[in-house]
Amino acid sequence: MAAATLSTSTVLSTVIRLALVAGVFALGAYWESTGLLPSIFRHTDDVVYLIGQHIRLVAISGVLAILVAVPLGILLTRTPFRRYTNFVTQFVNLGTTIPTLAILALSMSFLGIGAPPTIFGLFVLTLLPILLNTIAGIRSVPPHLIEAARGMGLTQRQIPFQVELPNAAFVILAGIRTALAINVGTATLAFLIGGGGLGELIFTGIDLMDPSMLLAGAIPTALLAILVDFLVGQAQFWLIPRGVNPLR
Amino acid sequence: MITLDHITKTFGQTTAVDAVSMEVPAGSVCVLLGPSGCGKTTTMKMINRLIAPTSGKIIVDGKDNAAVDEVTLRRSIGYVIQQIGLFPNKTVEDNIAIVPDMLGWDRKRSRIRAAELLEMVNLDPEIFLKRYPKELSGGQAQRVGVVRALAADPPVLLMDEPFGAIDPINREVIQDEFMKLQARLKKTIVFVSHDIDEAVKMADRIAIFREGRLIQYSSPDDLLAHPSNSFVADFVGTDRTLKRLRLIKVEDVMVEQPCRARADDTLETAAAMMEEAGHISIVMVGPLGRARGYVTLDGARCKRGTVGEHHDKLRGVVNVDEDLRAAVSMMFTHDITWLACVDDDGFYKGYITQRGITHALGATYRDS
Repeated sequence: MAAATLSTSTVLSTVIRLALVAGVFALGAYWESTGLLPSIFRHTDDVVYLIGQHIRLVAISGVLAILVAVPLGILLTRTPFRRYTNFVTQFVNLGTTIPTLAILALSMSFLGIGAPPTIFGLFVLTLLPILLNTIAGIRSVPPHLIEAARGMGLTQRQIPFQVELPNAAFVILAGIRTALAINVGTATLAFLIGGGGLGELIFTGIDLMDPSMLLAGAIPTALLAILVDFLVGQAQFWLIPRGVNPLR
Repeated sequence: MITLDHITKTFGQTTAVDAVSMEVPAGSVCVLLGPSGCGKTTTMKMINRLIAPTSGKIIVDGKDNAAVDEVTLRRSIGYVIQQIGLFPNKTVEDNIAIVPDMLGWDRKRSRIRAAELLEMVNLDPEIFLKRYPKELSGGQAQRVGVVRALAADPPVLLMDEPFGAIDPINREVIQDEFMKLQARLKKTIVFVSHDIDEAVKMADRIAIFREGRLIQYSSPDDLLAHPSNSFVADFVGTDRTLKRLRLIKVEDVMVEQPCRARADDTLETAAAMMEEAGHISIVMVGPLGRARGYVTLDGARCKRGTVGEHHDKLRGVVNVDEDLRAAVSMMFTHDITWLACVDDDGFYKGYITQRGITHALGATYRDS
């Protein structure tokens, strides 16, 4: 029964994969015939340069956000701060409702134009979901695990690293995964405050009503977002011990 | 040995534990028993300072536990909780080796220890060492939880309703396993329970708590036979004398070295033996002394021949290592008033009668 289900689903996924490849091929052929594809590839040099810039924005803001959010989440779940955790969570929730463009505009008014306000804006946007998931992940660790750890003589410093973080890791990485994927998409807005990135092609393409330029920006952005999601997903799969990994 | 000296714990206005003094002898199991909220768990948690006492002293193996650093103290005391608390991110092996690792044991030594401990609770190390807790059944996880507490060989073990979450059938099995282990290891154990049957089964000493006070602290038999007040009597139940059956072994009540007949004895010889001993039946043994059957006095008188030709099958046989509960149960099952008692190899050791059991249970009341 299980074997039959397995083989059915394998067959199905093979069929879907083949259909996808065929579809992409057909689409490519169609675009090639309409001349869209060659006109997109006219922008190759720009695309390569802007992808580099885009990745830089995402990487710097993303890494900074992780480095701040995870330790902050750990700190906020320690006993002396625990009573403020709810307050902070609600505050952060409120923060996530502020429109992205507003955050970028605000940071521009403090930090001027260019990369720094962009990185700051993206940093804030990425920080919040990671912080929320870190807090949620650590709070979801059952209290009896902490009690067992204390009873066996783990120190206050060992408990977060040996018990809380490993058991919250899946939720934390899930937060990082979503946050980074959103970051990649949002980074296109950097163009509006002079931060560069693939948004340059997209917005210029819109302004010039040049679909090929627009697509030359939009397609790599989408692929980048998928790639980031895939990479963090793989990290989630392989780095987290089997015992606390629902994927394995 | 653990000594509690006027231990008190107050939380704000409420007194959770009120001037409790008791002593747990080394190598014995002490069960703290009482309804929920009676202070038994708080008392236990003060021994490894998960809860700090408001006043009073606790001495573990000669050392005042307030003088020892709390982390060091906890690493020297095994701790088992009801939810088991195995760390899901660690394999069974790593879970067991947590305390040895923290104490800086050589890795190889701690892993060998983990394998040994698994074998002690009948879990195959080949299969279980590399498993994660989510891949264990409830009973297996609880066994791992117990051996994890034993990993660094602490002299003292604290157990907070460790078998409470297991189904009744597995609970009996694990309790029996644990008692065998304890018979070998002789740890000093403080065990929190709310189950009188579990307490009677496991304990050398039972401490009954009520509203933070220690009401009675005595051996299980003493507790069941002489509850100190109506609260204890109600708590241990109206069938408390029946519970005592569990505490006495067949061996201690049976009549030893009774007369016996052999297959080639004549019925007259058998009848004569019975008359001399005042019995109404006699057990027939085989050539080496195994219990084979029996003949009654009436039967022996009205028939002729040898015992071997006329014996009946024994209706009830009980092992000398069983408790009286098993013996009584067997008597009730077969509607008989006596049982032949045999050892593990089937050799006839003695007999036990309903009168003898009643007499044994009543002894404690006659003396006082």
